[in-house]
Amino acid sequence: MDVAESTENEVPQVALERSRPRWGRILVWVALLGLLTLLALGLRRTQQGPVTIGSKVPDFSLTTFDGGLIHLSDLEGKVVVLNFWASWCKPCEQEAADLEEAWRFYQPGGEVVFLGVDYVDTEPNALAYLEKFDITYPNGPDLRTRISQAFRISGVPETYIIDRTGVLRSVKISPFLSVAEIKAAIEPLLAE
Amino acid sequence: MRLLPAGILLVLLLASLLVGSALAQGETPRLPTDDDVNAVAKQLYCPVCENIPLDVCGTQACAQWRDLIREKLSQGWTEAQIKQYFVDQYGDRVLATPPAEGLNWLVYIVPPVAILAGAYLLYRAFKIWRQPEKSPVGAAEAAPPADEYIRRLEEELTKR
Repeated sequence: MDVAESTENEVPQVALERSRPRWGRILVWVALLGLLTLLALGLRRTQQGPVTIGSKVPDFSLTTFDGGLIHLSDLEGKVVVLNFWASWCKPCEQEAADLEEAWRFYQPGGEVVFLGVDYVDTEPNALAYLEKFDITYPNGPDLRTRISQAFRISGVPETYIIDRTGVLRSVKISPFLSVAEIKAAIEPLLAE
Repeated sequence: MRLLPAGILLVLLLASLLVGSALAQGETPRLPTDDDVNAVAKQLYCPVCENIPLDVCGTQACAQWRDLIREKLSQGWTEAQIKQYFVDQYGDRVLATPPAEGLNWLVYIVPPVAILAGAYLLYRAFKIWRQPEKSPVGAAEAAPPADEYIRRLEEELTKR
């Protein structure tokens, strides 16, 4: 009887011991898969973009230094010149005056909007820069670097020309060398 | 009689002015030193020059950030307030250590869990490596080897 009882007791215990590591393994695999999924999602998010020429530019909002709020989606129907700059960026200074001159040329027509996005800068220096170059088109800081991350900029200055339908049409990854060069990037879009 | 209260009043007025100016001098915030600035700066990273802490970064952008920290410290801002300001302006990625929230907790949880799992696997591996030492004796007792030569060899060995 004792032997029989002990045998009967041993069977479920052995089964239990076998099931334990099985559950443990399942849990480990589930945790591992979960972690890999999270990593894959994170990787996918970091690999998104940049905004390529010919693709629709995702909407963003720019809070200007004077407190205004500009949404890109509100500018449909206009050509948008989106310039990334910083006060510590020497090459940005080369094109600052040309951008302002081009802006003043197009401003009366109301068909072209210039937006300046100040990348990783401090406000006092940025404001001093705007004053130094007498820049009057809307400018604002790239808060939490959201806009620059959406465009995956590689540095400053970089300028993105967006057409009336919100599609990115050209990119300039260095300073513009003349007003004529800026106009040459804008004119074909105005003619469309 | 009328002059005395007026004199006392004048003395009191002068005394209060002196005390007031002394207190005002005492309230003037101490100008932050380079060490004060660097204590905050070393906890921040400028996105322009990745992987270089702000306190040792030599770019103009980082110099501007350090100036801003100095300015905020001189205005009486605390370290936490300054760090939060930089996070609000430039995002979480400026922090040397990410805040333990959202998916960031993985950074704090996964390495210790991986170390513990590795230690457990090592423990299991050592345990398994030890077991085969016992098995040849047990196996020899349980079932004699099929080969006659090996059987006789093991018999001779056990005699010695």
